[in-house]
Amino acid sequence: MNTLFDKIWDAHVVEALPGDTHVLYIDRQYIHEVTSPQAFEGLRRRGVPLFRPGQVTAIPDHNIPTLCQHLPVADPLSRAQLDTLERNCVAHDISLFRIGTPHHGIVHVAGPESGLTLPGMTIVCGDSHTSTHGALGCVAFGIGTSEVEMALATQCILQPKPRPARVRVEGRLPAGTCAKDLILHVISRIGTAGGTGYFVEFAGTAIRALSLEARMTVCNMSIEMGARGGMIAPDDATFDYLRDRPFAPRGAAWERAIERWRALPSDDDARFDAEFTFDAGEIAPMITYGTNPATGIPVTATIPPAADPQALAYMGLHAGEPLVGKRVDHVFVGSCTNGRLEDLRAFASLVKGKRRAPGVTAWIVPGSQEVERRAIAEGVRDTLEAAGFVLRQPGCSACLAMNEDKVPPGKYCVATSNRNFEGRQGPGARTFLAGPLVAAAAAVTGEIRDPRELM
Amino acid sequence: MRERFITLTSPVVPLERDNVDTDQIIPARFLKATSREGFGDKLFHDWRYDSAGCPRPDFVLNDPTHRGTILAAGKNFGCGSSREHAAWAIRGAGFRAVLSPRFADIFRENALNNGLLPVQLPAPFLERVFTVTRERPEAAVTVDLERQEVRFEGETAPFDIPPYRKRCLLQGFDDIDYLLSIRDKIILFEKQHAL
Repeated sequence: MNTLFDKIWDAHVVEALPGDTHVLYIDRQYIHEVTSPQAFEGLRRRGVPLFRPGQVTAIPDHNIPTLCQHLPVADPLSRAQLDTLERNCVAHDISLFRIGTPHHGIVHVAGPESGLTLPGMTIVCGDSHTSTHGALGCVAFGIGTSEVEMALATQCILQPKPRPARVRVEGRLPAGTCAKDLILHVISRIGTAGGTGYFVEFAGTAIRALSLEARMTVCNMSIEMGARGGMIAPDDATFDYLRDRPFAPRGAAWERAIERWRALPSDDDARFDAEFTFDAGEIAPMITYGTNPATGIPVTATIPPAADPQALAYMGLHAGEPLVGKRVDHVFVGSCTNGRLEDLRAFASLVKGKRRAPGVTAWIVPGSQEVERRAIAEGVRDTLEAAGFVLRQPGCSACLAMNEDKVPPGKYCVATSNRNFEGRQGPGARTFLAGPLVAAAAAVTGEIRDPRELM
Repeated sequence: MRERFITLTSPVVPLERDNVDTDQIIPARFLKATSREGFGDKLFHDWRYDSAGCPRPDFVLNDPTHRGTILAAGKNFGCGSSREHAAWAIRGAGFRAVLSPRFADIFRENALNNGLLPVQLPAPFLERVFTVTRERPEAAVTVDLERQEVRFEGETAPFDIPPYRKRCLLQGFDDIDYLLSIRDKIILFEKQHAL
């Protein structure tokens, strides 16, 4: 009577300390340029070698330009951070997916896509959206830099064991809605802290019906309801997704792996400490009006009377007013939430035959080299260009605006990323979170619109 | 070895907001440093300073009547990004403890790994701290780690902390010291669990 989460977690406990603090063995660690330099510095200070370099993969993504990636990075601080990552990887013999090389991309897009993320694994990265990888049926979560250092030094971290929870979404998603709408709907009901202390398994017929890319969108945002991570039981769709990926097992090893992975799903009588159930049929295209990701409402709804006045003041909005018809200055499609091929396809399908609205600045940023390559190969880029959009190069970009892709103060941006916190997309920037279809509707009309009317 | 935490008595700096996310604690554009130092000045940067870089007089960190080494905040403190820079910034600005009715999971771990004590307290207790502090900013809170309790104006509230974490803070050890000490056990685990 074990859950998917318990099966994986318990198999990785090296030692249990009093008070449910566990020494947890980590199968794979991803690192990037922003949260790793101080960890390497710590190793140097202690004179400790890296324990298992073969289980660490480095990908620079947070701090990189999304145009002209063949040129040296202009910002000296960003460049110094990227150079530091390069030096650390060379010194410790860590595999590094450099900018512009075939496996490069946002860690949470490139990792699963390369076959490095596999069911049953424990995975950490110094980034809260590491929960994305859970879509493949692994225990993956974000950690701080001290824990990055622990994992580099010992391949283990010390963690209190989260409690298992389940979010079931039953039924069918209505036409014109997508995984982003599903997760924004769930978070709007559970709240920003409703998942705190839990590791969430997403289940139910609506979740089963999602593609692997869509499942990643769902698991990605688990952290936005406070959960330690999110995961989905591996099934045939998972195995089909992983088969023949560059770093996935092959031949007999693949067959053995599948056999192991088939035993992972939660047992029928597994006990969860909390259960939440949703009806997929009730989900509409969603958008957020506030400054946390739990402020999602159907795009056609009005801002609730009880909305936080501080958030509304920041956003320049009023309780009771509709969002449809609001002017939009920027549109950002990308990030580890919605920067995959299916997201670009969805955006392209709506803008096809239309034009970018005058006055709208659009950043369309693929999540990885692989996404970019495939978008070009199947004509998505051509569709975008014909409609007046540019397909940029992979990176985190305007999701957290560490590079030059910043929304100016006071401007409105419809973003397919994961956070609408104050200043997240640049000081004073105002973010509406939504899926790629709502973003496309905004990009061609210059205002918030129900995408179903334009499809 | 890091600085030990045993007991702490100080007035609180009251930040009466819920859902304070780590992007507010330290905005992403300040994360380009490669060392742990220097983040204290950037703590709550965009709430603390206007776009010209001048201190906003209405923000509590700029209010000279509120000075102390304990930060008190609303629920779900430290949500969002996993950036440990948030804990470094709070520590760098001189705080040793944060009081909140509820902490985000990653922030709590990051704080503990930096000798910053996250103290989860019942909302009514904290409400009283806020109310009294508005009237008398000098009213002091005592955080007693040994006894796992907070004392304020004659009232006492217990708080939870895993025993291992408590020992680390009291003795000034950190997790890496411990993990390195069980390396042989980790190697044995790897042998027995060929994954």
